[in-house]
Amino acid sequence: MCIKKGISAAIAFARYDQNIMGEEVKLFRTWSSPFALRIVWALRIKGIEYQTVFEDISNKSPSLLQYNPVHRKVPVLLHNGRPIAESLVILEYIDETWKQAPLLPVDPHERAMARFWAKFGDDKVLGSIWSVFIKQGKEQEEAMVPAMENLKFLEEELKGKKFFGGETIGFVDLALGWLANLIGLLEEIVGLKVVDGEKLPLLSAWMQEFGDAPIIKDNWPARDGMILKFQALRDATFAAASK
Amino acid sequence: MGEKVKLIGSIQSLFSYRIEWALKLKGVEYEYIKEDVRNKSPLIFKYNPVHKKVPVLVHGGKPLPESLVILEYIDETWKDCPLLPEDPYERAMARFWAKYGDEKLWQAYMAEGEEKEKAMGPALESLAFLEKGIKGKKFFGGEKIGFLDLAVGWIPHWLNVLEEVGSMKLLDAEKFPSLHEWAENFIQISPIKECIPPREELVSYFHSALIYLRSLSANKP
Repeated sequence: MCIKKGISAAIAFARYDQNIMGEEVKLFRTWSSPFALRIVWALRIKGIEYQTVFEDISNKSPSLLQYNPVHRKVPVLLHNGRPIAESLVILEYIDETWKQAPLLPVDPHERAMARFWAKFGDDKVLGSIWSVFIKQGKEQEEAMVPAMENLKFLEEELKGKKFFGGETIGFVDLALGWLANLIGLLEEIVGLKVVDGEKLPLLSAWMQEFGDAPIIKDNWPARDGMILKFQALRDATFAAASK
Repeated sequence: MGEKVKLIGSIQSLFSYRIEWALKLKGVEYEYIKEDVRNKSPLIFKYNPVHKKVPVLVHGGKPLPESLVILEYIDETWKDCPLLPEDPYERAMARFWAKYGDEKLWQAYMAEGEEKEKAMGPALESLAFLEKGIKGKKFFGGEKIGFLDLAVGWIPHWLNVLEEVGSMKLLDAEKFPSLHEWAENFIQISPIKECIPPREELVSYFHSALIYLRSLSANKP
């Protein structure tokens, strides 16, 4: 016990030394949550040292329930012992607390549009893609319509830009980053092309560019695990629907 | 910041009112363009092609939709009477609760019968969290109205209407004494006091909206 404490103290001290803010940063996440991945990327981009706590959603830790009593979900960022939940709120907190490698633009209107697109991704794009994924036949065809509409808005937004953030990855790229990973996986499981390189060339290119960026590429969750997980989710949804 | 400010809003939209309150608090001159959400003009489609909703703020010709996004923009552009706190953690909390307020309280209004009882659970839970958050404070922003007050500022006037139309009681003064007191204070403050829609208008709108929403649910396979 003494040795463990000694090692913990040494690690804590080392982290104190390394961390610009000199304080503890912990991220509660699961291995697969795309929302938690946003935070991993942001912390890595800014070079912030942090500790990861992996959660099992079927058996949530007392800490998670204590730190996020409202939603009881990941991600939760713990900084100086103070918890923050909701990934987009956490991203803004990170950007305001650690000023290097800014995620949001400087201009107020551009900042506002970045927030707008991030919210659009979560409120509309995610749900519409999910609908395509969990449906079949005619219903799936019908679900493709709003999904494509939403993706077209993103295509429009990428005009003249490499990333949503411009020349470098920014807030919106992190918020929409799940597309670069999940779309390919879902297309494979469903056997349906959702982001067609001909119909959505800029979005296709962005998915490639973003997905291959070093910090992003190094942190994708295990592909096999993801395929299994989402296949199981799809099967479960069909089973529930046919009851 | 001499550029023209326009707000496209409607009496039926509680989200519009947040923006009006923010602009008035900061003493920003603006032109109000009144929309009827039941009969949208081409202007909404032009300035908000993604969601086709109000409110939309147009500043120097640049449009901006989504009320919470607009509130932050207003706070960053006009520095008088700051809405968000300075401390990043406090800011994160304000943003968290504003988002939460928008997500949880609506379902109870739409539901009927057994579903209503079930839907009221999360609505009451959310009020309980807000009750905790306001305890010991005059406003969510402290001594003065802030971002979160504006974000949940629809509660004092609109929730009352939803309760009537949706046949439910949520903001009980006994169960939520601090929140109830906050609601009473909030409504009395200028510019809020002078900028709330007529109750009958809201009742009529939410009543017909409820019928429409319920018919949509009924027609789902």
